[in-house]
Amino acid sequence: MTETKANPVLLVATRKGAWLYHGDAARQSWYCDGPHFLGHIINHLLLDARDGRTLLAAAKTGHLGPTIFRSTDLGQTWKEAAKPPAFAPATNGLAARSVDHTFWLAPAHASEPGVWYAGTSPQGLFRSADGGDTWAPFSSINDDPRYREWFGTEQDGTPDGPKLHSIIVDPRDPRHLYFAMSGGGVHESTDGGQSFAPLVDGLAVVEGFDPGDIRFHDPHCVRLCPGNPDRLYQQNHCGIYRLDRPDTRWRRVGATMPQDVGDIGFPMVVHPRDDRVAWVLPMDTSDVWPRTSPGGRPAVHVTRDGGESWQRLDAGMPREQAWWTVKRQAMCADQADAIGLYFGTTSGELWFSRDEGAHWDVLARHLPEIHSVEIAYPR
Amino acid sequence: MRVLIPSALQSYTGGPWVEAEGATVGAVLDDLDRRYPGIRFRMVDEQGAIRRHMRIFWRRTMVFDLSTPLAADGELMIVQALSGG
Repeated sequence: MTETKANPVLLVATRKGAWLYHGDAARQSWYCDGPHFLGHIINHLLLDARDGRTLLAAAKTGHLGPTIFRSTDLGQTWKEAAKPPAFAPATNGLAARSVDHTFWLAPAHASEPGVWYAGTSPQGLFRSADGGDTWAPFSSINDDPRYREWFGTEQDGTPDGPKLHSIIVDPRDPRHLYFAMSGGGVHESTDGGQSFAPLVDGLAVVEGFDPGDIRFHDPHCVRLCPGNPDRLYQQNHCGIYRLDRPDTRWRRVGATMPQDVGDIGFPMVVHPRDDRVAWVLPMDTSDVWPRTSPGGRPAVHVTRDGGESWQRLDAGMPREQAWWTVKRQAMCADQADAIGLYFGTTSGELWFSRDEGAHWDVLARHLPEIHSVEIAYPR
Repeated sequence: MRVLIPSALQSYTGGPWVEAEGATVGAVLDDLDRRYPGIRFRMVDEQGAIRRHMRIFWRRTMVFDLSTPLAADGELMIVQALSGG
């Protein structure tokens, strides 16, 4: 594919702004462009692969309401969305809600240029049909009494609020959609979002709770394999899973991870072409859940056989006393022949590998807390 | 009337003091949004609540309700309550 010859740009969103790292084709040198939006909380920064030029940034600050910024010149100029995601007035006797922040951005199907989806905190699903300039509530879930129950309360979500994330569009069918919620499970639509239904069979929940209750499900990150859209991988609060459609039962493939590492983490990264290959970055879940590298020895783990086995990849990383946390949007793969991998830590380090994780190096240090890392191929 | 804009919102207005009209706090914010599109949603959420860190003063007294009536001769001061690191 043509993208493998293009120069990559790494899009890094942080708690204090955004940075763009322009790489050469060999990924040997990187030019830093930033900060953009210094001081703004940027949760997600994404390039529309369909046009190769539209950047969207999900932003807010500690003091101002949430918004979306758009650029069509790789960040040289930004324009605020005319109508950012916002909930409708209360209906059906349900409590009124306000968007705290947009957390996840996802371009729609290739056949729908300019259409985007957004997931928010508290959980809501939104759609734009004009390249991210105006947004409207999408689907019925935002004000569906069942979904309101599954959203749980503010106390049920992540420390900065419960989130709708992992919005996935089947590349074969624009009407086939998935999303996930922390908390609130994985959900699927086959009718273009008119209706969604839970897809949580086989997933574990925290011990002592009922897996039949959707509220208790906490998928951290779900990814569809571009090389085989019938295969999904998921990093969950309770393990690593794989699902091969049309099956509806997730299979825990993290059970084969090393016992002293475990199979809990936030990011899930899949190979762009080979559905047997996926990467995770495990975290410590002992007693109070430190969510740091187990033992202070960070490592990425890879499966090359669909989760039957996992191998540790840590060459170049610190051997001890490295207490990293990597968030669910902060790890990605590029599309080169030898896949490049990238992740950012909450302590502001950006790491990368040019050889599918065999060797690691630092791309940047001293950044603010990194929220998301995405690869882009501008045209 | 004169309206004081906090630094975080001066990217919309280009400066700290601007003119706006309205018989209530909400009407002044609506007028500000006409003059500087997008600014109101950064201060007031979609359910009409003043956002957590925004503070609005009319004639040096803090107001909490968008329906608070205003007169033409006075200054509306919008400030941000800084918090966090």
